[in-house]
Amino acid sequence: MDKQNDMLSPEAFRKIDREVAKYPAEQKQSAIMAALVIAQDEKGWLAQEVIAEVAGYLGMAPIAAYEVASFYNMYNLKPVGKYKLTVCTNLPCALSGGVHAADYVKEKLGIDFNETTADGKFTLKEGECMGACGDAPVMLVNDKRMCSFMLPEQIDALLAECK
Amino acid sequence: MALIDTINPLLTTGWGKGDAGWSLKDYEARGGYAQLKRILTSKMSQDDLIAEVKKSVLRGRGGAGFPTGLKWSFMPKAAPEKYVVCNTDEGEPGTFKDRDLLRFDPHSTIEGMIIAGYAVGAKRGYNYIHGEIFEIYQRFEAALDEARAAGYLGENILGSEFSFDLFAHHGWGAYICGEETGLLESIEGKKGQPRFKPPFPANFGLYGKPTTINNTETFAAIPFILGMGGEAYLNLGKPNNGGTKLFSVSGHVNRPGNYEVPMGTPFAKLLEMAGGMRGGRKLKAVIPGGSSAPVLPADVMMDCTMDYDSIAKAGSMLGSGAVIVMDETVCMVKALERLSYFYYEESCGQCTPCREGTGWLYRVVHRIEHGQGRQEDLDLLNRVTDNMMGKTICALADAAAFPVRSFIKHFKSEFEYHVEHKKCLVDPEVQRAGSGFFRASSATEAA
Repeated sequence: MDKQNDMLSPEAFRKIDREVAKYPAEQKQSAIMAALVIAQDEKGWLAQEVIAEVAGYLGMAPIAAYEVASFYNMYNLKPVGKYKLTVCTNLPCALSGGVHAADYVKEKLGIDFNETTADGKFTLKEGECMGACGDAPVMLVNDKRMCSFMLPEQIDALLAECK
Repeated sequence: MALIDTINPLLTTGWGKGDAGWSLKDYEARGGYAQLKRILTSKMSQDDLIAEVKKSVLRGRGGAGFPTGLKWSFMPKAAPEKYVVCNTDEGEPGTFKDRDLLRFDPHSTIEGMIIAGYAVGAKRGYNYIHGEIFEIYQRFEAALDEARAAGYLGENILGSEFSFDLFAHHGWGAYICGEETGLLESIEGKKGQPRFKPPFPANFGLYGKPTTINNTETFAAIPFILGMGGEAYLNLGKPNNGGTKLFSVSGHVNRPGNYEVPMGTPFAKLLEMAGGMRGGRKLKAVIPGGSSAPVLPADVMMDCTMDYDSIAKAGSMLGSGAVIVMDETVCMVKALERLSYFYYEESCGQCTPCREGTGWLYRVVHRIEHGQGRQEDLDLLNRVTDNMMGKTICALADAAAFPVRSFIKHFKSEFEYHVEHKKCLVDPEVQRAGSGFFRASSATEAA
């Protein structure tokens, strides 16, 4: 489980190279946001050493990369469960069951926002607007997968699917 | 997916097949890329192209409503390196139109951006996509690959002398990057903290180069405008408010979703298209243009038409076209508390009036909602907003202040009731039932 100490894989660097290629040659730093996501996907969370490794690869000062990692709220600066569930509770979602969905997940998992289940499987987060208010209640699974119309039945199915 | 309905389909022409209609083949079958071809083969002049867009009176669909053709004309002609940037950082609570645009018809945005590149003389563009819709970002990248393979992107497009390439950049959870200069900083690989303006992006934009930045819906409208002609597009709407617009309707309606209607459509008609009020309950208030727009009481809203001028006259903003509908079960103090928390959470922190002010607003509204409000709190809230508005680099401070001022202005008695009685005017059980789990009507799920 101590994979934080390992270097990022060659595959991760290949993905980062693909991002770097989108920007002018002298603007490699533009790839930092995507590169940190690639690192997070591989490591689960971003330890200082991982951030420094990505920064070095892009020719940035580690602090400049850390500023980015700490500014945008979907980077995990601490370990999270295998499945990070983020429920939107902003006003439009809250008008259509967003708070109810969050309460339902809390009860099912026995945890509050910003907590992780004892088995390390789930972390629950409260999210801000995900730009999908017409699909309320809306949840994100590990930042990248959006789940729409999350009524109790759908939440049950999602939790069961997360092995 | 969110339901779609339309009176006059332009932007939503390609949405009928849902997730099965987004590919290049489908877009071309609908007449896609015909305008780009026409411009390149006829060697249309940049001035003529911009003049046509000006004629349409297309106004920026991201929120500010600035005339698009005019914005394009600000780009310096001689500069050797210029950029076109699309703002799909859609995180304004209530707004979810750009997600569906890129999901169901990504090529209209791509074509619009290539045409914009031609008009302003840029060779490279970026589409900044909200991190939370990563699946849409992946779809947009797939659409870019298709366009590149077909010769619509790259060197010497369709054998012409015009070269343009386009890339996608994703955010990762920062509302402030929807502010155009914060977005540019973010593409540069930095914290998304807005820049002082002037200089405006047309002079000093991405990597310090002249940059045109528009909203997704604005770019997506371009091929349709050129297809029908600027004047015909203008005439779809009303004077000074050209064309059609996507409205994202959320909250207490029977069919939340995106609706494309001509500018100037009565709000009552839009509400009817969205299935009317949920459970037949009474309309209480509407935020007509995303969470940053001042709230309007039901009677004022029912007299509005959906266009920049009508909503502005009523004291709010059309903004991004995000219509948040609230019925009589809503506690306005609680609704404001949630919005104030959002701005407190999302303030980037570089300007003191915003960083501190958003915290004050949230904490004071929170204590009123939780029965600890003081008589002087309403004046205090207004005073804090006075110290925020117009005193910061970007408009987030104003965006945090508008809801506070308008909620207090229109629903003062509810705030006073909270302070006096230490509880909500609307029974908490009624509130919770009114905003509970909701299964949209079957039409929504089938759509």
